[in-house]
Amino acid sequence: MIDLLLDPFRYDFFVKGAMVATLAGGLCGLIGVYITLRGMSYIGHGLSHAIFGGFAASSIIAVNYYIGAGLWGLSSALAINSVTRRRRIGADSAIGVITTASFALGVVLLTVFGNKGPNFDAALFGSIIGVSSTDVWALAAITAFTVIVIFFNYRALLFVTFDPEVANVSGLRTSRIDALLMLVLSLAILATLSIIGVTLVAATLVIPAVIARMLTNKFTNMLLSSAIIGAACGLVGMNLSYHLDVPSGTTIVLTDAAVFVIALVATSGQRLQRGVMAH
Amino acid sequence: MIDNKRGDELIRLSAVEFGYTDTPVLTGVNLALRAHDLVGVVGPSGSGKTSLLRLLLGAARPRHGTIYRRPGIAVGYVPQLETVNWDFPVTVAECVLMARKQRGLPWPSRADKADIADVLERLGIGHLAHRQIRQLSGGQQQRMFIARALLRRPQLLLMDEPTSGVDVSSRHDMLHLLSNLNSEGVAIMITTHDLNGVASHLPRLVAIHQRIVAEGTPREVMTPSVLEETFGAPMQILEHLGMPVVLDGRSPHRPAARPVPSTVGSAK
Repeated sequence: MIDLLLDPFRYDFFVKGAMVATLAGGLCGLIGVYITLRGMSYIGHGLSHAIFGGFAASSIIAVNYYIGAGLWGLSSALAINSVTRRRRIGADSAIGVITTASFALGVVLLTVFGNKGPNFDAALFGSIIGVSSTDVWALAAITAFTVIVIFFNYRALLFVTFDPEVANVSGLRTSRIDALLMLVLSLAILATLSIIGVTLVAATLVIPAVIARMLTNKFTNMLLSSAIIGAACGLVGMNLSYHLDVPSGTTIVLTDAAVFVIALVATSGQRLQRGVMAH
Repeated sequence: MIDNKRGDELIRLSAVEFGYTDTPVLTGVNLALRAHDLVGVVGPSGSGKTSLLRLLLGAARPRHGTIYRRPGIAVGYVPQLETVNWDFPVTVAECVLMARKQRGLPWPSRADKADIADVLERLGIGHLAHRQIRQLSGGQQQRMFIARALLRRPQLLLMDEPTSGVDVSSRHDMLHLLSNLNSEGVAIMITTHDLNGVASHLPRLVAIHQRIVAEGTPREVMTPSVLEETFGAPMQILEHLGMPVVLDGRSPHRPAARPVPSTVGSAK
């Protein structure tokens, strides 16, 4: 059994893939806590689709994927956040309008001009193949940046997530904190897109955070548990992807979902029934 | 530097107009809050009570008029319990700590821990520090938010419906607590729709309905003419133990108490 689990680590491509999946799972788990508690679970789904538009545009104009898609994603995230804070349009509607339009634009661009960059299927569903050292380093840098941002803005991020109005009148620059969160979210989605895929990255943001919420009532514990659950599911899911020969995004998300069911049964679903993640 | 002409004024609204759309929510508001004030704002839903608090907090800007704030003033705010996500995974201590600005490390310093323990003890909820916020009663939840506001050592405390959703006993406790805080030097303004249970016990009231209808002591504000103008419905005022008691004007019950003359008041 152990041999079976360790077998894929003989291959360099798998080692890189496993590192990326573990880091990606942990990173998404960490950021997912803030996203789900803000009632913006859908933003991961929407933003990954929006970034797909940037992916297509950067591939056509031959701009570095991380720069082109990153700027595109950040602009979309800030637009969503800005529209949502105005409260005339709900978060779900703002995400729906901005991100689906961006995704549609990406499809049009790729159809008309053809794909000159990373593999189209891999962008949609994730792939172990083709994870480069650059991807590993980029994700490691983004993870480190995110941890530093959360560490040094811990109380402000918590206050703005829990009670934005009171945080604002207490002297916190909430728009700056919001922008910071949208920045790390965009970077996280950007860096995890190749391994998890556009269509599935949202699950890695939401599921570990929901599982962690079922296990604890303390915010710090939720952050740590969500990151650990996300990372573990990333590693296990990547291993399954190798053995089952299916896209890595699918097995990572299915592992997340299996842990969710186990946690749900173990906690008797009491907290979920109270509408834990609902606003 | 404090403007001597303004004496002990903490905040003054002068000819303020405010609205979220073209229709103003508040017009012609002139109001001053002074150190040691304990003021209740009464009015029906949609009368502009919360908007007034937002203006005082600086969370909203007036369309017309000016707002003076004493330089360096610290204002604490206690939100309505109904607006809070009680399933949020924070303990009482974590919630109170939000008010203390992070300087370096995210976890509380020894001084932070001591201050939080002090303020929670002062409010009688020290034993609940590690409870998740949903596990508190309505009165305890309200005290937790007061503790969070007090951690900033405010000169002025603004509270939105602090007695809404709490039982009679908790309401009495809350009024005692506010009175004690006020006597310790914290100016307090609360909004309330509870005329008999809360407003009549406060030293100063402001009745609003898109504008300030009346301002003064409960006996001056809780008059049939002022309340009818404020709430848009006839009300009868009786006096019980020296305090005005409001009855719905259409109520068939007529307790044998002395009616208050409708001419008393300082309607503006």
